[in-house]
Amino acid sequence: MSEPPISRGFRGRGRGASSARVPPGQHLVTDFPVLSAGPTPEPDLKSWSFTIEDGASPIGEWSWQQFNALPQTEVTVDIHCVTTWSKLDTSWRGVSIDTLLEAAGLAEPPGPFVLAHCDGGYTTNVPSEDLVDGKAMVATHYDGEPLDPEHGGPARLLVPHLYFWKSAKWVRKLQFLDVDQPGFWEELGYHSYGDPWREQRYDGD
Amino acid sequence: MTATETPVARRLQWMTARVTDVIDETPRVRRLVLEIPGWPGHKAGQHVDVRLTAEDGYQAQRSYSIAAAPKALQVTLTVERLSDGEVSSYLAGDLRVGDQFELRGPIGGYFVWTAALGGPLFLVAGGSGVVPLMAMLRHRAAAKSNVPATLLYSSRSGSDIIYRAELDRLAGQGDGLTVVHTLTRERPPGWSGPARRIDRAMLQSVGFAPDAKPRIFVCGPTPLVEAAASDLRDLGHAPQLIKTERFGPTGR
Repeated sequence: MSEPPISRGFRGRGRGASSARVPPGQHLVTDFPVLSAGPTPEPDLKSWSFTIEDGASPIGEWSWQQFNALPQTEVTVDIHCVTTWSKLDTSWRGVSIDTLLEAAGLAEPPGPFVLAHCDGGYTTNVPSEDLVDGKAMVATHYDGEPLDPEHGGPARLLVPHLYFWKSAKWVRKLQFLDVDQPGFWEELGYHSYGDPWREQRYDGD
Repeated sequence: MTATETPVARRLQWMTARVTDVIDETPRVRRLVLEIPGWPGHKAGQHVDVRLTAEDGYQAQRSYSIAAAPKALQVTLTVERLSDGEVSSYLAGDLRVGDQFELRGPIGGYFVWTAALGGPLFLVAGGSGVVPLMAMLRHRAAAKSNVPATLLYSSRSGSDIIYRAELDRLAGQGDGLTVVHTLTRERPPGWSGPARRIDRAMLQSVGFAPDAKPRIFVCGPTPLVEAAASDLRDLGHAPQLIKTERFGPTGR
């Protein structure tokens, strides 16, 4: 690749001590931006449920009350949005995917790929191996408080090692599949996997 | 999703843009007119990623909406100078005609309107959130579409309205476009339009009835978009027809 053109007079001020934790093309923020494709759904916890499916067959379902009675996991992680902001040391609490599989009586994921389904119709795909071994959870709390609807409350997927569109807001179902099926943004040209350290923003990156 | 929302089906290469003109739209907002050899064309509502490179190799990247209509001869971006904006303070500050920077795109196939999608079209904007919506109105005019369209546009003051003259001209063509400005902080003497933040009553009186199934695009700061999208849903508009883009000083 040829050298990028120098932007005359641009000095930039994003070089920082934390840069080892900031993937290429990202910059740090201290607030928590909101990005969604449509209106924020209103949570109705009485009718809320969380489901795991093997193909088209339900293999686990929890009401809001049952879901919150599952063993809880807390993590503090860095998150990276494809729109180039990164936020360090975010604290989350929820139920790990390992715990959900165990509660459904499964020793391992029933298929190699997952399509996450959300209120509002949003979907995103993630390989099953990126959800297990402590790598992901369904988060219900942020910074010690119940997750705000605009940030995905009552529950969002949290897969912090991938770009944050994979951490689907308002998640309701994980569907395990034998073939990879692109989700909402992935159908629209975003990268199928989305590793921020390899800057996999768009298809072909 | 519909078949008209075409995926980006090729690798997005970084291209070099050369600035051919800079025009101050408002005291804080600047139009950049760009020459981009190899630009593949775009749809109204899409954006680009801009990458600046400093002399020591340091790079910074941000996303900006495309302001130009799809078939315009030149690509234009409209950049608001944010007080804390590492990239925007350069693009809307030091940048001059003849300067170069990298961009790639077009990106985004969801927050997009083409004349073929039809209407009615209800656009709700706050501040520089008007940019991708302006691309839609420019496209509508260029395509000689007369689908009923309304832009409800919230600005802080009269001098903060971006594209004011062009919006006046487009709305005066008698082809079914209505533009309603609301000013939230300062009103010029004799202002007769709304003078408050966009609220449910305003969305109801200015917009189309849910029965008309308008395609709705909302773009602006997060609080405005959150409130407007929820109000529109509560007024009876189908969530699938309400498309949003949110930004804040750091989100863009």
